[in-house]
Amino acid sequence: MLADLPLLSLVIWTPIIGGLLVLFFSKDEQAPLARIIALAVSVLTFLLTIPLWIGFDNSTYQMQFVEYASWIPAFNINYHLGIDGISMPLILLTAFSTVLVVIAGWEVIKYRPAQYMAAFLIMNGLMIGVFCALDSILFYVLWEAMLIPMFLIIGIWGGEQRVYATIKFFLYTFLGSVFMLVALIYMYTQSGSFGILDMQNMPLGMTEQILIFLAFLIAFAVKVPMWPVHTWLPDAHVEAPTGGSVILAAIMLKMGTYGFVRFSLPITPDASQQLDWLMITLSLIAVVYIAFVALVQKDMKKLIAYSSIAHMGFVTLGFFIIFAIVENTGSTQGMAMAIEGALVQMISHGFISGAMFLCVGVMYDRMHSRQISDYGGVANTMPIFASFLVLFAMANAGLPGTSGFVGEFMVILAAFKANFWIAFLAATTLIFGAAYTLWMVKRVLFGEVANDNVAALKDVNKREFFVLGVLAVAVLALGLWPAPLLDVMHATVDHLIEQVMHSKL
Amino acid sequence: MMTPSSFEIPNFLPAVPEIFVLAATCVILLADLYIRDDKKVITYLMSLATLVGAAVLTITLHTGETVLTFSGSFVSDPMGDVLKVFVYLVTAAVFVYSRNYLIARNLFKGEFFTLGLFGVLGMMVLISAQNMLTLYLGLELLSLCMYAMVALQRDSINATEAAMKYFILGALASGMLLYGMSLIYGITGSLDLAEINAAIKSLDDSKMMVASLGMVLVIVGMAFKLGAVPFHMWLPDVYHGAPTAITLYISAAPKIAAFAMVMRLLVEGLGDMHVQWQEILIIMAVLSMAVGNIIAIAQANIKRMLAYSTISHVGFLLLGILAGTAAGYSSAMFYTITYALMAAGGFGMILLLSRSGFEADRLEDFKGLSERSPWFAFMMLILMFSMAGVPPTVGFYAKLAVLQSVIDVGLVWLAVVGVIFSIIGVFYYLRIIKLMYFDKPVDTAPLETTADMRIILSANALGILYLGLMPGSLLALCVAAIG
Repeated sequence: MLADLPLLSLVIWTPIIGGLLVLFFSKDEQAPLARIIALAVSVLTFLLTIPLWIGFDNSTYQMQFVEYASWIPAFNINYHLGIDGISMPLILLTAFSTVLVVIAGWEVIKYRPAQYMAAFLIMNGLMIGVFCALDSILFYVLWEAMLIPMFLIIGIWGGEQRVYATIKFFLYTFLGSVFMLVALIYMYTQSGSFGILDMQNMPLGMTEQILIFLAFLIAFAVKVPMWPVHTWLPDAHVEAPTGGSVILAAIMLKMGTYGFVRFSLPITPDASQQLDWLMITLSLIAVVYIAFVALVQKDMKKLIAYSSIAHMGFVTLGFFIIFAIVENTGSTQGMAMAIEGALVQMISHGFISGAMFLCVGVMYDRMHSRQISDYGGVANTMPIFASFLVLFAMANAGLPGTSGFVGEFMVILAAFKANFWIAFLAATTLIFGAAYTLWMVKRVLFGEVANDNVAALKDVNKREFFVLGVLAVAVLALGLWPAPLLDVMHATVDHLIEQVMHSKL
Repeated sequence: MMTPSSFEIPNFLPAVPEIFVLAATCVILLADLYIRDDKKVITYLMSLATLVGAAVLTITLHTGETVLTFSGSFVSDPMGDVLKVFVYLVTAAVFVYSRNYLIARNLFKGEFFTLGLFGVLGMMVLISAQNMLTLYLGLELLSLCMYAMVALQRDSINATEAAMKYFILGALASGMLLYGMSLIYGITGSLDLAEINAAIKSLDDSKMMVASLGMVLVIVGMAFKLGAVPFHMWLPDVYHGAPTAITLYISAAPKIAAFAMVMRLLVEGLGDMHVQWQEILIIMAVLSMAVGNIIAIAQANIKRMLAYSTISHVGFLLLGILAGTAAGYSSAMFYTITYALMAAGGFGMILLLSRSGFEADRLEDFKGLSERSPWFAFMMLILMFSMAGVPPTVGFYAKLAVLQSVIDVGLVWLAVVGVIFSIIGVFYYLRIIKLMYFDKPVDTAPLETTADMRIILSANALGILYLGLMPGSLLALCVAAIG
């Protein structure tokens, strides 16, 4: 049976080994072969994730598809994998995005294509591993190892300022995570285990919890990224090649928020409650202030990067508003809605931001400019592309019927149970989000044809049509029928709420 | 204790590897006289054979038990055996890496190998020392070989200057060490490390003062040999001035021996004064990490950069020792061994890029290496990420183990300081990767290497990657060795 196979290991190691294999076809004349192998490996990986979804048991919060082997006995570090309703959708999203990235880079990447493909495949395995890891050191190793391919992707295939951007990216994220490492080791010396589930169950005093929470916060806030440690993201996004931007926005940012639900909330519930005001404030700053910042951007990628920060603010808001909901309403009703809304937002943002970056990539490949002012009237020359971009822009603005609406709506609704003004501020995103996204779309797509370059544009080819079409289907499907995704999450989220409400003091 | 009246033949068995290396090196020394300059490869092969033979002897004689001999002045124990095997391994790699470089500079002579092997013998004696005299003997044998090796390139002004600097400061440090030892001897009445440890327990306060002074001087001497701040001044100049092959020799295996020296003197000899030396080591560790990592950023010469990186690694190594627990010592041992492997690989890469009349010791020389040789750029990438402590390389587990032992004894703040400096350190390692991968090559000459060097260097780097994926066995070995 499927359940007997070590599916998670297969999903992690297939792309890594496949990526190493691709490296053997580094010669320029072997590039077509390298591309085909890369596509085959990424598709195979995605197909391997489908049994995870089909075989997933929605009724339990217990970890599923668990694999356990001793790895470093001297420190009681184990190769412990497992997934629940929170991580399973993220794994599918990761494998799915990688397929799209491989296709999107097909003929666009001319400089060392084999290494480009290999870097994405290896990163695919590492990212899936992060979502599966149930041992904190295994988690940490994968979390850090992932930086290496990304560092190279931005640095080798990036734009003008790529070296600055990639070193900033690496140092920022490394800076954040080392404090998490200290916190993990501290918990190990207290409990004797690096297991994440053991850490979730160990008792911790208030001071300890606050310090551990802050250590986690630095690590995850950099990754999300939250204001004020977000400044690496616009640089990295602008300089990264399209594929790098897609993976950054669609998957890497989710790791920060995933960390909050896997580590911060269950391991330090009391500190989370104590410091929820901080998290809510930072989230609202991201939602409101960053939206204003996005409004004034002249560079399309930068605009989408800031929009990502604002949308991720919703996710963190959803996670940490729950304490205010209990306080205000006296019941745990509504907590699930906030968390599930945030989780849906993670998945939906993965699709939408990926799609937006791919759209910018389509234009950049033709015009070699990301400046909004260089465009205008693109809809006249690229009608099919324009309809895709409008759809994704609407989704980004949270139009009902698209996936962008579901998560934001749930979080805002839940926030109303907590505090009117928090909900009010959060809801302004529906206005600002629409403003910056649609204004950009208006300037790029509509009006007279701005210049000869735009006049000479050719519409999307089959490859681009396929990539954007698949994403459009995903965005609409999730927007119209989010129930399957929510069903997967219910049991896990209920258990998470139980953990959060159970004081560790 | 030995008394003159009852002379008995000591048990030579634990010292057989040392005796073998001594005998073999003497043979090489003599044989080399009759080997023509164009046949020096024979000397080279004999030296490698000596190391292999020593490794075989050490492994076969390994019992897992602690055996004392020569009236308790020499010990064979698991820790010593493990460290010695790594000394042979690293030195053998050094010989292989150096070959082409030495040939191109007309240094491929018997002196390099005999001095190198006598240095190995010094390290072995130092590792097995159970008595302050034995320890000093081993240390001086090693140091004298290194002074001479640095000066091997007689017509180089830089090398001569480095050798003078090294010799004078080294002699000063040895003097300090000796003075400290004499104070400790005077107050405890013994040179035997175990007896010193026992005697210190029963010292009264006034005598404890003298013993503390002795301890401080001993630590100064050791800090110099390790290259810990503030006794690190010699290190960048010597690393920079010496021919790269010699820098490679100095940077790798002797650190393993220096670790053993710290273990023997501080832990086995002065273990009871842990509270006192812990504070000194904390200061030195923090300073080493700070100075090493920050000043390394400003270096344009990769040998100097790696010298400062060494200083910062010594700071990390001291963290493990100062924890004062068995876990701490084994983590420091793990750190030392992995550091020696990384240093061998790192300097080996400089040798790989060097050729006749070209040193490849500036950072720019690494520009565009990924286009000139994708494979070795990748090897250097592994080495640099390992030195930076980024998983999945073994450098991460070395840091993890050390931090774990520090946090375990409640010094969380020290761990935080350590990780902050390691972030600063990441920057200059990343710069090397940036030069290799993101810049265009300026020098497009093909790499001149031999197959053996390619294989060993690749094995070295891949070993670091392998140990990063599967660190369990080496960690377990270190834990078992400390006991």
